[in-house]
Amino acid sequence: MKSEARGSSSSGRARSFWSQFRRNRLALGGAFLVALLFLVALLAPALSPYDPTEIDPEHILSPPHPNHWLGTDRLGRDVLSRMIWGSRISLLVGFVSVGISTAIGILLGALAGYYGRWVDALIMRFVDLMLCFPTFFLILAVIAFLEPSIWNIMVVIGATGWMGVARLVRAEFLSLKEREFVISARALGASDLRIIFRHLLPNALAPVLVSATLGVAGAILTESALSFLGIGIQPPTPSWGNILTGGKDNLEIAWWLSLFPGLAILLTVLGYNLLGEGIRDALDPRLRER
Amino acid sequence: MLLYILRRIVLSIPLLIGITLISFLVIHLAPGEPTGIHTDLNPRVTAASKAQLRHLYGLDEPLPIQYLKWAWRSARLDFGRSFSPDGRKVTEKIGERIPVTLFLSLLEMLVIVAIALPIGILSATRQYSFFDKATTIFVFIGFAIPTFWLALLCMNLFGVHLGWLPLSGLKSMDYSSLSWGGKLLDRIRHLLLPVLVGSFGGLAGFSRYMRSTMLEVIRQDYIRTARAKGLPERMVIYHHALRNALLPVVTILGLSVPGLIGGGVIFETIFAIPGMGQLFYGSVMARDYPVIMGILVIGAVLTLLGNLLADICYALVDPRIRLSKER
Repeated sequence: MKSEARGSSSSGRARSFWSQFRRNRLALGGAFLVALLFLVALLAPALSPYDPTEIDPEHILSPPHPNHWLGTDRLGRDVLSRMIWGSRISLLVGFVSVGISTAIGILLGALAGYYGRWVDALIMRFVDLMLCFPTFFLILAVIAFLEPSIWNIMVVIGATGWMGVARLVRAEFLSLKEREFVISARALGASDLRIIFRHLLPNALAPVLVSATLGVAGAILTESALSFLGIGIQPPTPSWGNILTGGKDNLEIAWWLSLFPGLAILLTVLGYNLLGEGIRDALDPRLRER
Repeated sequence: MLLYILRRIVLSIPLLIGITLISFLVIHLAPGEPTGIHTDLNPRVTAASKAQLRHLYGLDEPLPIQYLKWAWRSARLDFGRSFSPDGRKVTEKIGERIPVTLFLSLLEMLVIVAIALPIGILSATRQYSFFDKATTIFVFIGFAIPTFWLALLCMNLFGVHLGWLPLSGLKSMDYSSLSWGGKLLDRIRHLLLPVLVGSFGGLAGFSRYMRSTMLEVIRQDYIRTARAKGLPERMVIYHHALRNALLPVVTILGLSVPGLIGGGVIFETIFAIPGMGQLFYGSVMARDYPVIMGILVIGAVLTLLGNLLADICYALVDPRIRLSKER
């Protein structure tokens, strides 16, 4: 009976969420852009006209042309194909690094919010400390001593981006743990772990979802900047950032190398941001006015 | 007030210690020896000379000892010598770069405030107007645009195609031969793109923020009172509302310090500006770890100072803060 009651209330919440969300045209646009990215990444082998690493010495730095819609780079590789395959990198980096940062943030935020006192003080001072570092400095410093592999990059972006989530979860826990359903759970003898994972966390997840969606956008931006600087994804693996490096090196002769990959980043990040804001508005209509 | 400032300063001392600890651990717990760049690729290096090099940099001592030694030297602003061939003192190398980065950050802040403030106020007072909607689109694009891409596009348009602005550096080759006015103009032409591009992201965030605080303030009772007693709308907005909406601005400016400094890595590298970010990028590429650690610490300390300054300014303009905390 308990699960029934919960089921109906959560499906009711989902319904009201959806009815709010679908009225928001910007949010739908964001969802569309994100869905498009998924589709392109999924269908990369079918969509890309060439192999992304195929070198064509006959067509070096050729401008957009019916054979190469978005032109070729300095090795004669097809830019469109590289961008299509690069979408997989963006997708992967976005999800894995946000997964890491969200996991760390939830864990530390939950501990701080639930146990309070010195645990809270310790963790929150650590958060303050991490926030003192310009994130990009911290990421660069770590990456300087690691192999620039995609996994290292995702771990580093994740490990330096959890502070916001930790603060969010802590704040939610602080207010939730005084509520009656938690006090009654405790009175019934529920363990700390059970209270944290069964009662508190599910109720604190909404804002985390919003921040994770926005976080994906941030992670994609960071990865592209790192790849652009030559310390992220290494060629020949295509990523939007490292195609742009070619755009910088051939600034005067090959505008197509700098225009299109950047546009792809812009649209993707825009999509995640709009989606995230849309989810927030739909979860809490009171915020809509702001 | 003095008590409040003192308290804030004392509270940041543990943070300062934490900053050095994290900077140290980040470098020393990462796999790969800091001296590796010199030895790994050189086949003539023997195990003995490797050990000698490690001893020279104190890498053969236990970590806590290394940290204490390093922290004690850092406290006196001595970060050792750079690994690069010039072997100069890290403090010296960073010292000549900091003014450039700080100056740029300051200019960016000015640009951000000067443009975002009116945008925020106008879109709040004319909520849902055409202007408000147009700036909302601008804000979303500002959040999503990769700064380095914007820099590339601007360089392409204004530097290559139109030829209006120089592509890189802080001054032209013939700078010393220019007249006083020419020098100023030359500087401005070089700074225009980096500053505008650097402030773009902050511009979006700040105008959005300004809009929402303004909207909040406008709904307060004292604004209704001001209107009810017949004050002209201009007076209500610019005298009563704006003053209160401006309070959090100080904090936001303080909080934007790490973003501006960190973002410097990207566009100082692109525009070839000899600031701290460019030095950091170079050091990262060369694994010049004394410089990396030095910049990491200094970047964090600058952030800490920014926050401290913001808190103090906030307490100065808003008596509620210092009174509630002194109790």
